Amino acid sequence: MTRIFLAICVITSIFLSAACVDKGGNNTTVATGDTIKVGVYGDLTGQTSSFGQSTKNGIELAVEEINNAGGVNGKKIQLVVEDDQGRPEQAKTVVSKLINQDKVVAVLGEGASTNSLAAAPVAQEAKIPMITPSSTNPKVTETGDYISRVCFIDPFQGSTMAKFAATTLKAKTAAVLGDVNSDYSKGLTKFFEEEFNKQGGKVIANESYTQTDPDFKGQLTKIRELKPDVLYIPGYYGQVGIIAKQARELGMNIPLLGGDGWDSPELWKLGGAALKDAYISNHYSADNPAPEIQNFVKAYEAKFKVVPDSLAALAYDAAKVLADAIKRAGGTDSAKLKDAINATKNFAGVTGTITLDEKRNAVKPAVVLSLDPAASKFTFKETIYPEGMTPPTASTNTANGNTSSNTTSNTTSNTNSNSATNSTANTSTTNKSVSDSK
Amino acid sequence: MDTFVQQLINGLTIGSIYALIALGYTMVYGILRLINFAHGDIYMVGAYAGFILATSLGFASQPSAFGFVVTLIGSMIIAAGIGMAIERFAYRPVRKYSKMTTLITAIGMSLLIEYLFVFFFSGTPKSFPQLLPSDNITLFGNATISTSQILIFIVSLLLMVILQYIIYKTKIGKAMRAVSFNLTSAKLMGINTDFVIAFTFALGSALAAAGGVLTAQYNPKIEPLMGIITGLKAFVAAVLGGIGNIPGAVLGGLLIGAAETLVVGYGDKIGIPSTYRDAVAFAILILVLLLRPAGLLGSNVQEKVYLVMSGEW
Amino acid sequence: MISEKLKLITHRSSLTTQIMNWVKSIIVGIVFIALFYVLNAAMSSTGFFGIGIDDYQARLLVFIAINVILATSLNLINGFTGQFSIGHAGFMAVGAYSSAYFTVTYGKAIETSLGMLGETLASSVVLLIAILIGALVAAVAGLMVGIPSLRLKGDYLAIVTLGFAEIIRIVILNIDAVGGATGYTVGGYANFLWVGIFAVITVVVVHNIVKSDAGRALVSIREDELAAEAMGVNVTRYKVTSFVIGSSFAGIAGVLFAHYNKFLSTNDFQFIKSFEIIIMIVIGGMGSMTGAILGAIIVTILPELLRLLPEFQVGATTFKFADLRLVIFALILILTMILRPQGILGTKEIGDFFKRFRRADKPTGGLE
Repeated sequence: MTRIFLAICVITSIFLSAACVDKGGNNTTVATGDTIKVGVYGDLTGQTSSFGQSTKNGIELAVEEINNAGGVNGKKIQLVVEDDQGRPEQAKTVVSKLINQDKVVAVLGEGASTNSLAAAPVAQEAKIPMITPSSTNPKVTETGDYISRVCFIDPFQGSTMAKFAATTLKAKTAAVLGDVNSDYSKGLTKFFEEEFNKQGGKVIANESYTQTDPDFKGQLTKIRELKPDVLYIPGYYGQVGIIAKQARELGMNIPLLGGDGWDSPELWKLGGAALKDAYISNHYSADNPAPEIQNFVKAYEAKFKVVPDSLAALAYDAAKVLADAIKRAGGTDSAKLKDAINATKNFAGVTGTITLDEKRNAVKPAVVLSLDPAASKFTFKETIYPEGMTPPTASTNTANGNTSSNTTSNTTSNTNSNSATNSTANTSTTNKSVSDSK
Repeated sequence: MDTFVQQLINGLTIGSIYALIALGYTMVYGILRLINFAHGDIYMVGAYAGFILATSLGFASQPSAFGFVVTLIGSMIIAAGIGMAIERFAYRPVRKYSKMTTLITAIGMSLLIEYLFVFFFSGTPKSFPQLLPSDNITLFGNATISTSQILIFIVSLLLMVILQYIIYKTKIGKAMRAVSFNLTSAKLMGINTDFVIAFTFALGSALAAAGGVLTAQYNPKIEPLMGIITGLKAFVAAVLGGIGNIPGAVLGGLLIGAAETLVVGYGDKIGIPSTYRDAVAFAILILVLLLRPAGLLGSNVQEKVYLVMSGEW
Repeated sequence: MISEKLKLITHRSSLTTQIMNWVKSIIVGIVFIALFYVLNAAMSSTGFFGIGIDDYQARLLVFIAINVILATSLNLINGFTGQFSIGHAGFMAVGAYSSAYFTVTYGKAIETSLGMLGETLASSVVLLIAILIGALVAAVAGLMVGIPSLRLKGDYLAIVTLGFAEIIRIVILNIDAVGGATGYTVGGYANFLWVGIFAVITVVVVHNIVKSDAGRALVSIREDELAAEAMGVNVTRYKVTSFVIGSSFAGIAGVLFAHYNKFLSTNDFQFIKSFEIIIMIVIGGMGSMTGAILGAIIVTILPELLRLLPEFQVGATTFKFADLRLVIFALILILTMILRPQGILGTKEIGDFFKRFRRADKPTGGLE
């Protein structure tokens, strides 16, 4: 028995010698000459790997563009990418590795809130800024002042759809079919319900499914009996496509509503024609003709051979916000960088004008998109603004792609020339801006 | 009433798929006393094989019944080959070792297949092409049945009838039954047990692959980890019906499918939320193993001592 | 009657040798505690006299220790008693979540009421109570799984243990009070010192069990259950006991994991986790204590080493070895089973390599 322990001693001391690190110094500057190391972590091989891949792609595109334009403050950005396989324990480990071993100046990630929640304390304690592109659970940024995000949070997105359902679709009753394993889905469900009740509606059914369910007709049949006006499906495209199909097969012809989890090129293949009469809340609209957005879409398609989804767009923005903050901070000193990131104001991103509020969440409008399965694309329907945000005037329209024109329900092109007249129509409403598109 | 019929149809559809997969489990267990953990993943392999065939042979862009048949049979053949390869290279070398070793090998094989597919095809779900149109037929009231569901019923039934014929009316089937009764005696009678075992694996894998393609027609999302839960439930179905018993596997599959869907549909009336759907299968398993381990149609498990004496245990 | 005779045949050391063994154990224990204390101090932000271990490597060391507990406890059930338990992550989860709920709800209150003891002592008390709770709840879970095991053989038992672990996971997932799908943030009461101490305790306890008469009974059940029963071994009692002990240690590992990782999510307790623990004992050798420890170290370190490997090109796509982590594990498992099913050490212990230093009257280790 003594021998066992001796052996363990030997092994441990080997690690000790390899691990010794001078704890006297601080971690505020990166002494790597002329590159700026930025860490990226996400699920690249696990069950939500499509999200991780999209995120990685968006960041890679942004960094490529930045480096081609000369880098930031003369230095090029070097990405260090790690895979966490979608497991929170791994997320924490890889972020720790990125910060402690690779000595990155900032971390971008993760897509899923659960993993961001796991890893954020590591960044916060090490005083390295972390920007999450698409984690929507409010708790993520509550971890500390080094954690921020460029997307809006669940409360806003959930209530957006509720407002849309109640005011534009004039729905009185709604059913919800959510993903029980997904924090994102549960968050959206909760806030949708709250807002829908506030708007005078009633949620009459709340069913759930798991991502491994072979079919959803059981839950859908139950919902069908109750005859709701709309069905809210705040889940991911992988299941939503089938749910839509099966709902239509069961004869349910009510409008289907969802969130940005629907946004993926695969959605059309899975759902097909069943996706008519459906709407989602999203960060941006790929068919928005504003030049920044179109350039992004073209560049992404050229590099990755597929239309970008909202995760890719958000990741792209997150990377660009970081670069912009590095520029403003004049360097990579972590405290200054953190302050610069948190001070981001009116940054023109492809997902909207990004301003971080005091909780370090992005304040920006959501767009409601209607689905056009025949053309396999999302079409802009309307913009919904957060409380207290005034819709921009005509002069800022080119930067803020979201406030492009009203679309009538059968035209698929946005007519930007109407922007002047539209903005006056927009400014007359406050936070529940409903652009009448009929 | 029409809701109940609807739920029943849904349940039996899923159940048919479980039945197809359960047949493979039960046959392999019958002859080798081995739970082929990797069998559920053959179901997934079948779906992917079908996907590759359909897209590379052009059926995806020109859907047709001919394309469907080719895809189905092609994937069954590919899966049969893979099943035989797994048996030959991973299971046969460890057959002489303890049960624990074979079980662990099977678990390892299952994970190997899953993560190889994740590596090569990425974990992102793919969409299986629609080779046959999926229309809805209203039976009565609100109860509908889709043509994909009818397809599943018909093809499953056909395959089961063919299997029944093979097992009871052909020489190889007789050999399979002999080997499942007593492997050593069958060897002594001159049966090439290695060949019979390989054939059994091939049959089981083909059925599982058919299940995969049929499911993919009904629910087009395919992903590398789709075989885990389905495979496990199919195993429960095999045990429920009586492991080693072929009609039992079919009965078990249908029952599990129905039970699951009815829990989803009506469970909240007795306090079970629909998200406990997967737990239903496990609960049934535990009940069966505790109350009637032989399963519904299985013969009584022989006395342990007798088995020890005959060298089989 | 027969078991009485068995006991007479077994070696019984004299009283002095027993006391000497204890003294030796205590000295070794103190050495270890000192070592862990130094390492633990090195992991803190100020380091140990300026020399420190960064957070990432500290994490690895802690996970090695936690995995040692998991592997050793599973080894008791699978390796020594020969049962097919493949749902060990379920026990870990049960221990983790129950203790986490306790510390999150009552931790602060207890700490303030014990304020007079000083901060370290107060938080240690909370941790110890948490460990007790986690171990107990996990033991109950082990009991629930162990009892059906009496009627089930081999493969069936494996599926049932797997099913239990999944059911546990699904149930926890549906309890919003412990975070549900979001995850549960937990206080950081555990550090390397505690984790190391409990790793040592686990190894010592299981080692003592294995070397004792009870251990021989377990091994006899593994080798031939029918014969063991015929020889008078109470198979039922031993099987259930090994499950309960194994599961409670897994629960302790869960508590330590929860309070070191400071975050719990059911995504970390899926079948993959159970599979990783199985690989640990299979690689090391299922009947060997040293093997389990060795396996734990390998399985923890290997994926991290894979990250250091460069990318490679196949056709037009670049791959990273780290992505193949699970494929590599599965391959190692299968190849081990085909080529060397007894694992690296088989049933040998590290002591067997030092046979020439062994004194004549000491019994050799393990049954070959």
